[in-house]
Amino acid sequence: MLEARALRKTFGRTTALDGVSLEIGEGEIVAITGPSGSGKSTALHCLAGVIRPESGEVRLDGRRVDTLGEDARTRLRRENFGIVFQFGQLVPELSAVENVALPLLFNRHGRQESSRAARSWLERLDVAGCADLRPGELSGGQLQRVAVARALAVGPRVIFADEPTGALDSLAGEQVMDALVGTARESRTALVVVTHDNRVAAYADREIVLRDGAVAGTSTAGASTAGASVAGPSAADGEVTA
Amino acid sequence: MSIRHVLLGLLAERPKHGYELKKEHDHHLPGARPLAYGQVYATLQRLERDGFAEVAEIAQGGGPERTAYAITGEGRAELERWLAEVEEPAPYVASPLFSRVVVATVTGGAADGYLLRQRAAHLARMRELTAEKRSGSPARVLAADYALQHLDADLRWIETAMERLADLRGEIDA
Repeated sequence: MLEARALRKTFGRTTALDGVSLEIGEGEIVAITGPSGSGKSTALHCLAGVIRPESGEVRLDGRRVDTLGEDARTRLRRENFGIVFQFGQLVPELSAVENVALPLLFNRHGRQESSRAARSWLERLDVAGCADLRPGELSGGQLQRVAVARALAVGPRVIFADEPTGALDSLAGEQVMDALVGTARESRTALVVVTHDNRVAAYADREIVLRDGAVAGTSTAGASTAGASVAGPSAADGEVTA
Repeated sequence: MSIRHVLLGLLAERPKHGYELKKEHDHHLPGARPLAYGQVYATLQRLERDGFAEVAEIAQGGGPERTAYAITGEGRAELERWLAEVEEPAPYVASPLFSRVVVATVTGGAADGYLLRQRAAHLARMRELTAEKRSGSPARVLAADYALQHLDADLRWIETAMERLADLRGEIDA
Protein backbone atom coordinates (compact mmCIF):
# COMPACT_ATOMS: atom_id res chain seq x y z
CA MET A 1 0.00 0.00 0.00
CA LEU A 2 2.75 2.46 1.02
CA GLU A 3 6.08 1.95 -0.64
CA ALA A 4 9.46 3.68 -0.60
CA ARG A 5 12.18 2.98 -3.14
CA ALA A 6 15.85 3.94 -2.88
CA LEU A 7 15.28 7.02 -0.72
CA ARG A 8 18.23 9.39 -0.36
CA LYS A 9 18.27 12.46 1.83
CA THR A 10 21.12 14.59 3.11
CA PHE A 11 21.24 17.42 5.60
CA GLY A 12 24.31 19.49 4.80
CA ARG A 13 27.18 17.01 4.75
CA THR A 14 25.29 14.39 6.70
CA THR A 15 23.68 11.59 4.75
CA ALA A 16 20.49 10.70 6.63
CA LEU A 17 19.10 8.20 4.12
CA ASP A 18 21.34 6.28 1.78
CA GLY A 19 19.06 4.18 -0.39
CA VAL A 20 16.23 3.05 1.90
CA SER A 21 13.57 0.81 0.34
CA LEU A 22 10.65 -0.56 2.29
CA GLU A 23 6.98 -1.40 2.02
CA ILE A 24 4.07 -1.14 4.44
CA GLY A 25 1.06 -3.40 3.90
CA GLU A 26 -2.63 -2.64 4.51
CA GLY A 27 -3.28 -2.64 8.28
CA GLU A 28 0.26 -3.74 9.03
CA ILE A 29 2.05 -2.69 12.22
CA VAL A 30 5.72 -1.98 11.57
CA ALA A 31 8.48 -0.73 13.84
CA ILE A 32 11.44 1.17 12.39
CA THR A 33 14.35 0.87 14.79
CA GLY A 34 18.05 1.67 14.80
CA PRO A 35 20.63 3.67 16.73
CA SER A 36 20.50 7.48 16.97
CA GLY A 37 21.35 9.01 13.63
CA SER A 38 20.46 5.88 11.65
CA GLY A 39 17.84 7.83 9.68
CA LYS A 40 14.68 6.42 11.21
CA SER A 41 12.87 9.73 11.79
CA THR A 42 13.90 11.03 8.35
CA ALA A 43 12.54 7.85 6.78
CA LEU A 44 9.25 8.33 8.64
CA HIS A 45 9.00 11.98 7.52
CA CYS A 46 9.63 11.00 3.88
CA LEU A 47 6.99 8.25 4.06
CA ALA A 48 4.49 10.63 5.62
CA GLY A 49 5.14 13.27 2.96
CA VAL A 50 6.38 15.78 5.54
CA ILE A 51 9.71 16.15 3.73
CA ARG A 52 10.79 15.22 0.21
CA PRO A 53 13.70 12.89 -0.47
CA GLU A 54 16.41 14.12 -2.89
CA SER A 55 16.01 10.98 -4.92
CA GLY A 56 13.95 7.82 -4.78
CA GLU A 57 10.20 7.42 -4.74
CA VAL A 58 7.35 7.21 -2.24
CA ARG A 59 4.09 5.75 -3.48
CA LEU A 60 0.68 5.38 -1.82
CA ASP A 61 -1.46 2.82 -3.67
CA GLY A 62 0.94 3.14 -6.59
CA ARG A 63 0.58 6.92 -6.77
CA ARG A 64 3.69 9.09 -6.37
CA VAL A 65 3.64 11.15 -3.18
CA ASP A 66 7.11 12.70 -3.21
CA THR A 67 6.64 14.60 -6.48
CA LEU A 68 3.44 16.34 -5.33
CA GLY A 69 3.57 20.06 -4.56
CA GLU A 70 3.27 21.39 -1.04
CA ASP A 71 -0.52 21.89 -1.12
CA ALA A 72 -1.28 18.53 -2.66
CA ARG A 73 0.94 16.78 -0.12
CA THR A 74 -0.74 18.62 2.75
CA ARG A 75 -4.14 17.50 1.47
CA LEU A 76 -2.95 13.92 1.00
CA ARG A 77 -1.53 13.89 4.55
CA ARG A 78 -4.74 15.25 6.05
CA GLU A 79 -6.91 12.68 4.35
CA ASN A 80 -4.73 9.59 4.60
CA PHE A 81 -2.26 9.95 7.41
CA GLY A 82 -2.32 10.52 11.15
CA ILE A 83 0.86 11.55 12.94
CA VAL A 84 1.78 11.14 16.61
CA PHE A 85 4.94 12.84 17.86
CA GLN A 86 7.03 12.25 20.95
CA PHE A 87 5.56 15.27 22.74
CA GLY A 88 1.90 15.18 21.70
CA GLN A 89 2.18 18.56 19.97
CA LEU A 90 -1.37 19.51 20.74
CA VAL A 91 -2.50 23.12 20.38
CA PRO A 92 -2.10 24.48 23.92
CA GLU A 93 -4.96 27.01 23.70
CA LEU A 94 -7.53 24.36 22.75
CA SER A 95 -9.20 21.73 24.93
CA ALA A 96 -8.55 18.03 24.28
CA VAL A 97 -11.82 17.60 22.40
CA GLU A 98 -11.13 20.69 20.25
CA ASN A 99 -7.67 19.35 19.44
CA VAL A 100 -9.10 16.03 18.29
CA ALA A 101 -11.85 17.78 16.29
CA LEU A 102 -9.34 20.06 14.52
CA PRO A 103 -8.28 17.71 11.69
CA LEU A 104 -11.96 16.90 11.05
CA LEU A 105 -12.75 20.60 10.68
CA PHE A 106 -9.78 20.93 8.30
CA ASN A 107 -11.30 18.11 6.28
CA ARG A 108 -14.54 20.16 6.08
CA HIS A 109 -16.70 18.23 8.50
CA GLY A 110 -19.34 20.23 10.40
CA ARG A 111 -18.55 21.61 13.82
CA GLN A 112 -21.07 19.51 15.75
CA GLU A 113 -20.29 16.33 13.88
CA SER A 114 -16.54 16.87 14.44
CA SER A 115 -17.01 17.50 18.13
CA ARG A 116 -19.19 14.41 18.54
CA ALA A 117 -16.69 12.21 16.72
CA ALA A 118 -13.85 13.68 18.76
CA ARG A 119 -15.61 12.84 22.03
CA SER A 120 -16.21 9.26 20.98
CA TRP A 121 -12.51 8.87 20.06
CA LEU A 122 -11.51 10.21 23.46
CA GLU A 123 -13.86 7.70 25.05
CA ARG A 124 -12.36 4.88 23.03
CA LEU A 125 -8.88 5.85 24.24
CA ASP A 126 -10.07 6.02 27.84
CA VAL A 127 -9.52 9.78 28.22
CA ALA A 128 -13.14 10.95 27.98
CA GLY A 129 -12.70 12.62 31.38
CA CYS A 130 -10.08 14.94 29.89
CA ALA A 131 -12.26 16.19 27.03
CA ASP A 132 -12.63 19.75 28.28
CA LEU A 133 -9.15 20.14 29.76
CA ARG A 134 -6.32 21.92 28.00
CA PRO A 135 -3.02 20.15 27.23
CA GLY A 136 -1.30 21.93 30.13
CA GLU A 137 -3.68 20.21 32.55
CA LEU A 138 -2.99 16.67 31.28
CA SER A 139 -0.38 14.09 32.30
CA GLY A 140 2.12 12.87 29.70
CA GLY A 141 0.22 9.64 29.17
CA GLN A 142 -3.12 11.44 28.78
CA LEU A 143 -1.56 13.91 26.31
CA GLN A 144 -0.31 11.05 24.15
CA ARG A 145 -3.68 9.30 24.20
CA VAL A 146 -5.35 12.55 23.10
CA ALA A 147 -2.72 12.81 20.33
CA VAL A 148 -3.54 9.22 19.29
CA ALA A 149 -7.25 10.11 19.22
CA ARG A 150 -6.45 13.11 17.00
CA ALA A 151 -4.40 10.94 14.65
CA LEU A 152 -7.19 8.35 14.37
CA ALA A 153 -10.10 10.79 14.08
CA VAL A 154 -9.80 11.32 10.33
CA GLY A 155 -9.93 7.57 9.70
CA PRO A 156 -6.43 7.49 8.18
CA ARG A 157 -4.91 4.68 6.13
CA VAL A 158 -1.65 4.96 8.04
CA ILE A 159 -0.64 6.31 11.44
CA PHE A 160 2.96 7.44 11.81
CA ALA A 161 4.29 7.61 15.35
CA ASP A 162 7.72 9.05 16.11
CA GLU A 163 8.95 7.84 19.52
CA PRO A 164 5.38 8.03 20.90
CA THR A 165 6.45 6.83 24.36
CA GLY A 166 9.82 8.59 24.45
CA ALA A 167 8.74 11.08 27.10
CA LEU A 168 6.81 8.61 29.28
CA ASP A 169 7.68 6.22 32.10
CA SER A 170 7.29 2.55 31.35
CA LEU A 171 3.75 2.00 32.64
CA ALA A 172 2.34 5.15 30.98
CA GLY A 173 4.22 4.17 27.80
CA GLU A 174 2.66 0.72 27.91
CA GLN A 175 -0.85 2.20 28.24
CA VAL A 176 -0.25 4.47 25.24
CA MET A 177 1.09 1.58 23.14
CA ASP A 178 -1.82 -0.68 24.18
CA ALA A 179 -4.23 2.07 23.12
CA LEU A 180 -2.40 2.92 19.90
CA VAL A 181 -1.92 -0.66 18.74
CA GLY A 182 -5.34 -1.80 19.95
CA THR A 183 -7.24 0.91 18.07
CA ALA A 184 -5.04 0.58 14.96
CA ARG A 185 -5.81 -3.15 14.82
CA GLU A 186 -9.54 -2.64 15.43
CA SER A 187 -9.82 -0.04 12.70
CA ARG A 188 -7.39 -1.90 10.40
CA THR A 189 -5.19 1.15 10.14
CA ALA A 190 -1.53 0.57 9.30
CA LEU A 191 0.89 1.84 11.93
CA VAL A 192 4.52 2.81 11.40
CA VAL A 193 6.27 3.49 14.67
CA VAL A 194 9.80 4.82 14.93
CA THR A 195 11.42 3.84 18.21
CA HIS A 196 14.68 3.01 19.88
CA ASP A 197 12.77 1.14 22.61
CA ASN A 198 12.68 -2.61 21.99
CA ARG A 199 9.63 -2.99 24.19
CA VAL A 200 7.75 -0.67 21.82
CA ALA A 201 9.12 -2.53 18.79
CA ALA A 202 7.76 -5.77 20.28
CA TYR A 203 4.21 -4.53 19.61
CA ALA A 204 4.82 -4.59 15.86
CA ASP A 205 4.25 -7.42 13.38
CA ARG A 206 7.51 -6.57 11.70
CA GLU A 207 10.69 -4.70 12.51
CA ILE A 208 12.83 -2.80 10.02
CA VAL A 209 16.31 -2.08 11.38
CA LEU A 210 18.12 0.96 9.94
CA ARG A 211 21.85 1.51 10.28
CA ASP A 212 23.72 4.43 8.70
CA GLY A 213 20.75 5.38 6.55
CA ALA A 214 20.15 1.93 5.07
CA VAL A 215 18.04 -1.12 5.93
CA ALA A 216 20.24 -3.52 7.92
CA GLY A 217 17.63 -6.23 8.36
CA THR A 218 13.98 -6.94 8.93
CA SER A 219 12.31 -9.48 11.16
CA THR A 220 8.77 -10.76 11.57
CA ALA A 221 7.18 -12.99 14.17
CA GLY A 222 8.55 -16.14 12.55
CA ALA A 223 11.54 -15.18 10.45
CA SER A 224 14.51 -12.90 9.99
CA THR A 225 16.34 -11.87 6.84
CA ALA A 226 19.61 -11.99 8.70
CA GLY A 227 19.79 -15.80 8.77
CA ALA A 228 18.85 -19.13 10.26
CA SER A 229 20.24 -20.66 13.42
CA VAL A 230 20.12 -18.86 16.73
CA ALA A 231 20.62 -19.75 20.36
CA GLY A 232 17.52 -19.81 22.54
CA PRO A 233 17.10 -16.40 24.16
CA SER A 234 18.73 -16.70 27.56
CA ALA A 235 16.12 -14.84 29.52
CA ALA A 236 13.17 -16.10 27.51
CA ASP A 237 11.67 -18.35 30.16
CA GLY A 238 12.06 -15.76 32.85
CA GLU A 239 15.30 -17.15 34.24
CA VAL A 240 18.62 -15.42 34.25
CA THR A 241 21.61 -17.55 33.45
CA ALA A 242 24.23 -16.40 35.89
CA MET B 1 15.66 -20.25 41.72
CA SER B 2 15.18 -21.75 45.16
CA ILE B 3 12.43 -24.33 44.77
CA ARG B 4 12.97 -25.36 48.41
CA HIS B 5 11.95 -21.93 49.62
CA VAL B 6 9.03 -21.57 47.26
CA LEU B 7 7.64 -24.90 48.49
CA LEU B 8 8.25 -23.89 52.11
CA GLY B 9 6.34 -20.68 51.40
CA LEU B 10 3.41 -22.63 49.99
CA LEU B 11 3.45 -24.96 53.02
CA ALA B 12 3.37 -21.98 55.40
CA GLU B 13 -0.34 -21.61 54.65
CA ARG B 14 -1.34 -25.17 55.68
CA PRO B 15 -0.15 -28.77 55.19
CA LYS B 16 -0.25 -29.88 51.53
CA HIS B 17 0.67 -32.93 49.49
CA GLY B 18 2.99 -33.01 46.51
CA TYR B 19 0.36 -32.80 43.79
CA GLU B 20 -1.21 -29.74 45.39
CA LEU B 21 2.20 -28.07 45.74
CA LYS B 22 3.00 -28.61 42.07
CA LYS B 23 -0.34 -27.14 41.00
CA GLU B 24 -0.02 -24.10 43.26
CA HIS B 25 3.59 -23.49 42.20
CA ASP B 26 2.64 -23.45 38.51
CA HIS B 27 -0.37 -21.23 39.23
CA HIS B 28 1.43 -18.61 41.33
CA LEU B 29 4.60 -18.53 39.21
CA PRO B 30 3.16 -18.69 35.69
CA GLY B 31 6.34 -17.58 33.89
CA ALA B 32 8.57 -20.08 35.67
CA ARG B 33 9.44 -23.50 34.32
CA PRO B 34 6.65 -25.89 35.47
CA LEU B 35 7.79 -28.20 38.28
CA ALA B 36 8.20 -31.91 37.61
CA TYR B 37 6.55 -34.19 40.18
CA GLY B 38 9.85 -35.93 40.79
CA GLN B 39 11.41 -32.62 41.70
CA VAL B 40 8.59 -31.83 44.15
CA TYR B 41 8.93 -35.15 45.98
CA ALA B 42 12.72 -35.02 46.05
CA THR B 43 12.60 -31.47 47.44
CA LEU B 44 10.02 -32.44 50.09
CA GLN B 45 12.25 -35.32 51.23
CA ARG B 46 15.21 -32.97 51.52
CA LEU B 47 13.12 -30.46 53.50
CA GLU B 48 12.09 -33.29 55.83
CA ARG B 49 15.70 -34.47 56.21
CA ASP B 50 16.79 -30.93 57.12
CA GLY B 51 14.00 -30.57 59.68
CA PHE B 52 12.14 -27.83 57.76
CA ALA B 53 9.07 -29.96 57.00
CA GLU B 54 7.47 -33.06 58.47
CA VAL B 55 4.89 -35.62 57.43
CA ALA B 56 1.48 -34.42 58.61
CA GLU B 57 -0.76 -37.15 57.27
CA ILE B 58 -0.71 -40.17 55.00
CA ALA B 59 -4.06 -40.58 53.28
CA GLN B 60 -4.85 -44.02 51.90
CA GLY B 61 -8.01 -43.92 49.87
CA GLY B 62 -8.79 -46.00 46.83
CA GLY B 63 -5.97 -44.43 44.83
CA PRO B 64 -2.26 -44.15 45.50
CA GLU B 65 -1.10 -43.19 48.97
CA ARG B 66 -0.75 -39.43 49.44
CA THR B 67 1.58 -37.84 51.96
CA ALA B 68 0.78 -34.36 53.20
CA TYR B 69 3.69 -32.31 54.55
CA ALA B 70 3.63 -29.49 57.12
CA ILE B 71 6.18 -26.77 57.75
CA THR B 72 8.06 -26.97 61.10
CA GLY B 73 9.13 -24.11 63.38
CA GLU B 74 12.62 -24.42 61.98
CA GLY B 75 11.13 -24.32 58.50
CA ARG B 76 9.38 -21.04 59.27
CA ALA B 77 12.60 -19.55 60.59
CA GLU B 78 14.42 -20.67 57.42
CA LEU B 79 11.66 -19.17 55.24
CA GLU B 80 11.86 -15.83 57.04
CA ARG B 81 15.64 -15.80 56.75
CA TRP B 82 15.37 -16.41 52.98
CA LEU B 83 12.69 -13.74 52.47
CA ALA B 84 14.84 -11.14 54.24
CA GLU B 85 18.00 -12.06 52.32
CA VAL B 86 19.18 -9.89 49.43
CA GLU B 87 19.98 -11.72 46.21
CA GLU B 88 23.68 -11.28 45.47
CA PRO B 89 24.18 -9.64 42.04
CA ALA B 90 25.84 -12.23 39.80
CA PRO B 91 29.66 -11.95 40.04
CA TYR B 92 30.37 -13.52 36.63
CA VAL B 93 29.06 -12.93 33.14
CA ALA B 94 27.88 -16.36 32.10
CA SER B 95 25.85 -15.43 29.05
CA PRO B 96 26.18 -17.66 25.98
CA LEU B 97 25.59 -14.49 23.91
CA PHE B 98 28.78 -12.92 25.24
CA SER B 99 30.82 -16.12 24.82
CA ARG B 100 29.66 -16.57 21.24
CA VAL B 101 30.63 -13.03 20.24
CA VAL B 102 34.12 -13.37 21.71
CA VAL B 103 34.75 -16.88 20.37
CA ALA B 104 33.49 -15.90 16.90
CA THR B 105 35.90 -12.95 16.87
CA VAL B 106 38.85 -14.97 18.23
CA THR B 107 38.38 -17.64 15.56
CA GLY B 108 38.34 -14.96 12.87
CA GLY B 109 34.62 -15.19 12.20
CA ALA B 110 32.16 -12.32 12.03
CA ALA B 111 29.87 -11.83 14.98
CA ASP B 112 27.69 -9.21 13.21
CA GLY B 113 25.49 -11.75 11.46
CA TYR B 114 25.08 -13.73 14.65
CA LEU B 115 24.14 -10.61 16.62
CA LEU B 116 21.49 -9.63 14.07
CA ARG B 117 19.98 -13.13 14.15
CA GLN B 118 20.03 -13.21 17.92
CA ARG B 119 18.38 -9.79 17.95
CA ALA B 120 15.59 -11.10 15.74
CA ALA B 121 15.08 -14.16 17.98
CA HIS B 122 14.94 -12.04 21.13
CA LEU B 123 12.49 -9.62 19.55
CA ALA B 124 10.31 -12.50 18.35
CA ARG B 125 10.07 -13.76 21.94
CA MET B 126 9.32 -10.20 23.11
CA ARG B 127 6.43 -10.06 20.62
CA GLU B 128 4.98 -13.27 22.06
CA LEU B 129 5.30 -11.98 25.62
CA THR B 130 3.77 -8.61 24.68
CA ALA B 131 0.79 -10.44 23.16
CA GLU B 132 0.45 -12.68 26.25
CA LYS B 133 0.23 -9.63 28.49
CA ARG B 134 -3.00 -8.51 26.82
CA SER B 135 -5.05 -11.30 28.35
CA GLY B 136 -2.89 -12.46 31.24
CA SER B 137 -3.54 -12.64 34.98
CA PRO B 138 -1.63 -10.12 37.14
CA ALA B 139 0.95 -12.80 38.00
CA ARG B 140 1.44 -13.63 34.33
CA VAL B 141 1.79 -9.94 33.43
CA LEU B 142 4.41 -9.55 36.15
CA ALA B 143 6.28 -12.62 34.89
CA ALA B 144 6.09 -11.31 31.31
CA ASP B 145 7.40 -7.90 32.46
CA TYR B 146 10.35 -9.61 34.09
CA ALA B 147 11.17 -11.64 30.99
CA LEU B 148 10.59 -8.66 28.65
CA GLN B 149 12.92 -6.39 30.57
CA HIS B 150 15.68 -9.00 30.70
CA LEU B 151 15.35 -9.64 26.97
CA ASP B 152 15.41 -5.88 26.46
CA ALA B 153 18.64 -5.66 28.48
CA ASP B 154 20.17 -8.36 26.24
CA LEU B 155 19.01 -6.45 23.16
CA ARG B 156 20.60 -3.23 24.35
CA TRP B 157 23.80 -5.16 25.02
CA ILE B 158 23.60 -6.61 21.48
CA GLU B 159 23.28 -3.08 20.06
CA THR B 160 26.31 -1.85 22.03
CA ALA B 161 28.26 -4.98 21.10
CA MET B 162 27.68 -4.27 17.40
CA GLU B 163 29.20 -0.84 17.88
CA ARG B 164 32.18 -2.29 19.74
CA LEU B 165 32.99 -5.23 17.46
CA ALA B 166 35.72 -3.31 15.63
CA ASP B 167 37.47 -2.52 18.95
CA LEU B 168 37.28 -6.16 20.00
CA ARG B 169 38.72 -7.31 16.68
CA GLY B 170 41.52 -4.73 16.96
CA GLU B 171 42.48 -5.98 20.42
CA ILE B 172 42.48 -9.62 19.37
CA ASP B 173 44.55 -8.93 16.26
CA ALA B 174 47.12 -6.88 18.19
